[in-house]
Amino acid sequence: MHLRDGIRLPVVADVSFSVKAGECVVLGGPSGVGKSSILKMLYGNYGVDEGQILMEHDGRLVNLAAAEPRLVLEVRRATLGYVSQFLRVVPRVSALDIVAEPLQARGVGSEEARERAAELLARLNLPKELWALPPATFSGGEQQRVNIARGFITGHKILLLDEPTASLDARNRTVVVDMIAEKKAAGTALVGIFHDEEVREAVADRIIDVSHFSPRKHAA
Amino acid sequence: MNDLATYNFAYLDEQTKRMIRRAILKAIAIPGYQVPFASREMPMPYGWGTGGVQVTASILGPDDVLKVIDQGADDTTNAVSIRAFFQKVANVAVTTKTKEATIIQTRHRIPEEPLRESQTLVYQVPIPEPLRFLEPRETETRKMHALEEYGLMHVKLYEDIARNGHIATTYAYPVKVEGRYVMDPSPTPKFDNPKMHRSEALQLFGAGREKRIYAVPPYTQVVSLDFEDHPFEIQKFDRPCALCCAENVYLDEVVLDDRGGRMFVCSDTDHCEDRRCAGHAGPMLAIEEAAE
Amino acid sequence: MSAVPLLKVNDISKFYGNRIGCRNVSFELYPGEVLAIVGESGSGKTTLLSCLSTRLMPTSGIVEYHMRDGQYRDLARMAEAERRFLMRTDWGFVHQNPAEGLRMTVSAGANVGERLMAIGDRHYGKIRVAAKDWLARVEIDDGRIDDQPRAFSGGMRQRLQIARNLVTSPRLVFMDEPTGGLDVSVQARLLDLLRGLVHDLGLSAIIVTHDLAVARLLSHRMMVMKDGAVIEQGLTDRVLDDPREPYTQLLVSSILQV
Repeated sequence: MHLRDGIRLPVVADVSFSVKAGECVVLGGPSGVGKSSILKMLYGNYGVDEGQILMEHDGRLVNLAAAEPRLVLEVRRATLGYVSQFLRVVPRVSALDIVAEPLQARGVGSEEARERAAELLARLNLPKELWALPPATFSGGEQQRVNIARGFITGHKILLLDEPTASLDARNRTVVVDMIAEKKAAGTALVGIFHDEEVREAVADRIIDVSHFSPRKHAA
Repeated sequence: MNDLATYNFAYLDEQTKRMIRRAILKAIAIPGYQVPFASREMPMPYGWGTGGVQVTASILGPDDVLKVIDQGADDTTNAVSIRAFFQKVANVAVTTKTKEATIIQTRHRIPEEPLRESQTLVYQVPIPEPLRFLEPRETETRKMHALEEYGLMHVKLYEDIARNGHIATTYAYPVKVEGRYVMDPSPTPKFDNPKMHRSEALQLFGAGREKRIYAVPPYTQVVSLDFEDHPFEIQKFDRPCALCCAENVYLDEVVLDDRGGRMFVCSDTDHCEDRRCAGHAGPMLAIEEAAE
Repeated sequence: MSAVPLLKVNDISKFYGNRIGCRNVSFELYPGEVLAIVGESGSGKTTLLSCLSTRLMPTSGIVEYHMRDGQYRDLARMAEAERRFLMRTDWGFVHQNPAEGLRMTVSAGANVGERLMAIGDRHYGKIRVAAKDWLARVEIDDGRIDDQPRAFSGGMRQRLQIARNLVTSPRLVFMDEPTGGLDVSVQARLLDLLRGLVHDLGLSAIIVTHDLAVARLLSHRMMVMKDGAVIEQGLTDRVLDDPREPYTQLLVSSILQV
C-alpha cells in the first residue's frame, strides 16, 4: 500500500484462496488487517505487487493482477461486480439512472434497465420520491441501498461486497441477505466483508481469517 | 503639353508596369487567385481606385479608348477624375460609350451592354479577401484558399439567412471561379454576378491598399455561392427605368424632392442615354426634359 | 472490445531548444477509451496534447492514427490538407478558453453548422436542424440559436464549443482543461454532460486536466506527468486509490475533501 512520500506499507502478503461459483466467502478478522485492501486488489483498485488474481472471464482465465486497464474495465463490465462501502455520487445523475447504468453498459435497453432498477429500489424500500433525485444529499443508509441495487442489478459472475449492510436497518439487512442467497443460487461467486455477525452467519459458506496473511506475522 | 514630358506614359514607370503586368499574367493563369504585387503610391488617396488605376496604367496603350464609370455613371466625381487623369498622363482617347471602349475601369458596376472579346474590364477593389470578415488572419485565409477550405464562406451566407430569412448579401457577393478559387467580385451588386460568368471580356481586379491583383479570363465559369434550399437570386425591380423604360437592368433610386417623390433610373448612364436616343421613353422623361 | 488501437503513440519527445517539453511518451488509445493526462502546470501535459493533435510537431517519435479506411497513418507525414480535414471531421478539440474554439461573432447555429458546411453540406434547412439538435444535446435552448456566443455565459460557451466539435461525429476528441475557469456548479453540469456524450457516442478522448476529480469522473485511464515524462499510468481508480509514485501520492493527497 502506498500513501505518501513513497512510504510503502506492507498490508497483506501471500494471500491465497479460491472461490467457487455459487459460493460466498467472507473475509474475516479485526479491522485494519487488510480485508478491504484484498477486496480492492481483487477489483483492480489497488495494485498487486506480487502474485496472480485469476478469474474466469469470457470463457477464459485472465490474470487481473497483470491485466491492461482496458481488460480490467472489460472484466468489470462483464464479469466482476463490486458494491463499495460508500457510493461515489455523480453530479446530476438520478438514483434510478445510477442503478440502471451497469445494465445499460451491458447492452440492455434503457427502458428495461430502468424498470429493473425500479424493482430493485422498491425491494430495498427506498422511498419512490427519491428515485429521480441525485443521491448526493441522501442519508448514509439510502446511499448504501442505491449502491447495493447498482451492484446487484447485473448478472455479474463474481460479486465483491464491502460491508453492504453496514448502515442498514434490520428490515433492509434481511432483504440484502435474501438477495445474496439468490445470487448464490444463480451461481454467482461472492467475496464479502461483513462486520454484522448475524448477516455473516446467514450468508457465509466459508470465512477466511485475513490476519493469517499479515506481513507482521510473517516477520515474526 | 510641356508638363506631359515630366511623366512617363500613363504615369507609372516602365519597371513598375512590367512588375504589374507579370502579376496580371499570373492572375490570368490562375483565375480567381489573389496575386500580391508591389502597389505604388498614386497621386490620389487609397479608396479612390488606386488599384484599378495601376492596372489600367499597366495595360493601357496609346491606341486604347478608355471609359471610366463609378456606380455605372460616367459623370460622377471618381469617374471624371480618373478619366481626366489618364487623358493628362497618357493622352489617350476617352469615351462614355461602352461599345467604343477598349478598356473600361469601373467602380461597383458592370455595364448593361454585354462586353466583347476585345474589351477589358478593370475593377477597383477595396477588400479583395472574401473570407476577411470571418477570418482576420491573412496566414489562415491564404491557407484556406490553398487547401480549398471554403466552408466558412457558407457560414456567412448561413448567418444572412438566419438573420433575414434569405441571403441578404446584395453586393460583393462571393463567387467561385472555374470551380476552384472563391473570389470577391468587388462591391458590385449581385445583379451583375451573372454577367461575369463566361464573359467574353477579360476582367482584371486591382486592390491598391491591399496590394492584390486577380483576374477572370474570358469565357471563365463564375458561379455565385448559395444553398440548395436558398438558391442564388439577383435583385428584381418591379418597374422599368423612369427615363428609358428599360427592364431587367440595375436601377438607382433618385430622390426628387423633400415630399417623398422619387424615381428609379438606370444606374448605367450610357445604356440609358442610348435607349433614349433610340426613342425609348419612360414616364419621367418628359418631366425631366421640361425641367431642363 | 475492439482489438485495434485508434491512436498509437511511439516514443514522442518535444524539445524547446534545450528545454524539455515532454519526453519518451508511448501509449495506445483504443476506441471508446478516455485517457486523462494529469500533472501540475509545466509538467508537459499540454505540450503532449499539442504533439498528439498535430498542433505541434514532435522533435522525435511517431504518432499514428487509425483512419476510417482501416489504414494507420503517420500524422507527421500526412499532407496538410488531409490533416486539416481530419481535424475538422474525425477529430475534435475542446479548448479551455471557448473563445479560442468558437467564432465569437457568428451565431451559435453557424458555429455548430460550420463543420457541416466545411465538409460540403449545402442545405440550409438540414444544417439548421442538425444545429438545433446539437444545441439541445448540450442543453442550450434552441431560442438561442441565432445569438452570438459573446452573449453566452462561460458554461454555455463551453457547451457550444463541445457541440461544434461533435457535430461531425468525430472518433477522437482532445480536451485541454475543459472545465477550467468554470465555477463548481457549472463544472458539474458540464462534466455530467461530457460523461454522457462520451458514453453515448463511444468517443475516444484525451483529456488534459490538473483536476483529479475531473479525471476520476471522465476517464478510464490516467497518465501522470512530471517534468515532461509520464511517471505513472494505469486504470484511473487504481492510480487514484493506490498511487505508486511519490509525486502521484502528493497529488492525490492534495485533493480537498468536501
